[in-house]
Amino acid sequence: MNTHDHSSLAAARPDFAAIASWIPEGASVLDLGCGDGSLLRYLKEARKIRGYGVEISDEGIEACIRNGVNVIQSDLDTGLSGFENNSFDYVILSQTLQATRHTEPLMQEMLRVGREGIVSFPNFGFWKNRLNVLRGHMPVSEDLPYQWYDTPNVHLCTLHDFESFCSKYKMQILARRVMTDRYTITMVPNLLGAMAVYRFKRAPGI
Amino acid sequence: MDNSVGIVVAQRAQFETPLICSSGAVLTRFELVFETYGTLNADKSNAVLICHALSGHHHVAGYYADQPKNIGWWDNMIGPGKPLDTNKFFVLGVNNLGGCHGSTGPSSINPDTGKAFGASFPVVTVEDWVNSQARLADMLGIRQWAAVVGGSLGGMQAMQWSLSYPERVRHVLAIATAPRLTAENIAFNDVARSAILTDPDFYGGNFYEQNVVPRRGLRLARMLGHITYLSDDAMADKFGRSLRSGKLSYNYDIEFEIESYLRYQGDKFAAYFDANTYLLMTKALDYFDPARDYDDNLDRAFAAAKADFLVISFSTDWRFSPERSRTIVSALLHNRRNVSYAEIASAHGHDSFLMQHAHYHKVMRAYLDNIAREFSV
Repeated sequence: MNTHDHSSLAAARPDFAAIASWIPEGASVLDLGCGDGSLLRYLKEARKIRGYGVEISDEGIEACIRNGVNVIQSDLDTGLSGFENNSFDYVILSQTLQATRHTEPLMQEMLRVGREGIVSFPNFGFWKNRLNVLRGHMPVSEDLPYQWYDTPNVHLCTLHDFESFCSKYKMQILARRVMTDRYTITMVPNLLGAMAVYRFKRAPGI
Repeated sequence: MDNSVGIVVAQRAQFETPLICSSGAVLTRFELVFETYGTLNADKSNAVLICHALSGHHHVAGYYADQPKNIGWWDNMIGPGKPLDTNKFFVLGVNNLGGCHGSTGPSSINPDTGKAFGASFPVVTVEDWVNSQARLADMLGIRQWAAVVGGSLGGMQAMQWSLSYPERVRHVLAIATAPRLTAENIAFNDVARSAILTDPDFYGGNFYEQNVVPRRGLRLARMLGHITYLSDDAMADKFGRSLRSGKLSYNYDIEFEIESYLRYQGDKFAAYFDANTYLLMTKALDYFDPARDYDDNLDRAFAAAKADFLVISFSTDWRFSPERSRTIVSALLHNRRNVSYAEIASAHGHDSFLMQHAHYHKVMRAYLDNIAREFSV
């Protein structure tokens, strides 16, 4: 991703643009499962954020450093113990939620370390996924590119599932953007949306 | 040698202004030997300082014209086209004060007495080293290092640079190091020191006059050290339970390959290393503790730092474990410093930081390439 300027990155990853639109200039951002650091680099260029990534893979660490973003090699499933309470404005989990093992504790950790959380994930309720299952197969698509036997995704969900999860665990959804390819979906999003991005915080009174 | 910096020559710098040590002792004058590789650019912004560990020295890369096999201790990292690329950077290696490779140390002649310093050489600390290195930087007109790089005890110096001279270092590369030693780690050092201190040939540190060397002590110290620098797995892999003669001989001679290896390493080391330097280096390790002045709060200790950091640890390093590096990373995060942290999967324990390891070297290269983009070569 070294050669991408931020406009071409935004085109390649529409969730990046959605996330950037929620983040004010100069904010502090922690990106969990940051991969090659593209999102952080994009936010650094587009929003002048002060950011850190957390990544487990060696390739990701190398790529992040090449991309000039701060990255900490760590396993998300062991928690965020190195990070202080409320030390970030935003904690992002981009296309990683479905691959986390201890999803609920991690979401809680996000809101301990950050003022607000942002997650994006592939919507399992997307009609193409439903059709695949109806036809008797696990879905394989651009957003879910793995075979059932090699997928890192252990916690797939639909928009409805995620929203009930938030309600159950007292997380207040502040904004939602549902997308299919580059298009924002507003009608029947749980059926027509391939991917969703949510911004949330701890529900008041907790 | 591929991509070697080639033939190198050690240089000597003399300092006539007294250096006041942490202990209060004063060195009225001292010398440092150093080597440089690459070319210092016009605005002197491409200089990288390499800080050495316990048994290291200024000969970091290349080889000597008259000793082609005497290759610098970090030659796999430093050279044209290597991760620390001497086509871009001006790299400086220095033998620390108190060392035994040419800089003023216990085995040097004290100009005031005409005899070796021996036991009278002050116990110097990481802070003292950094102060002496700053004198060298002044002499070369280097106002700010592009990076200070070090592994183990060298990593402690690199970190200390960011605390003692925050404006004078842009990047710290702290590898296989710790913010302070653990009790267990100090204990290992104490056993090593005891081996030397109790050697009858030590003579309270003034063995030079007796024309002897406390070889047995040094040898034991090195053997113990060596065990702790390797991992259980690496040792099992390399030596296992192999017997030299293939059968048990029911005596106390060298039987297992590991024994042979350790004794060989011990002998080799005792033949060239100075016992007082060994004592002094291990004390510097034990004393290093930037949090000590801040109620043991490392976050506050790092508040002064202005550098960006790359922290690297190795999975099987139990002497300077990844956990210790993560403590450094946390303190830097809490101070909102730019920091990246890589935990390298390696079988070779603490020694990993000196080894050729593809991923480790890629991480170093990526980080150093970014630094090189900050200045014009």
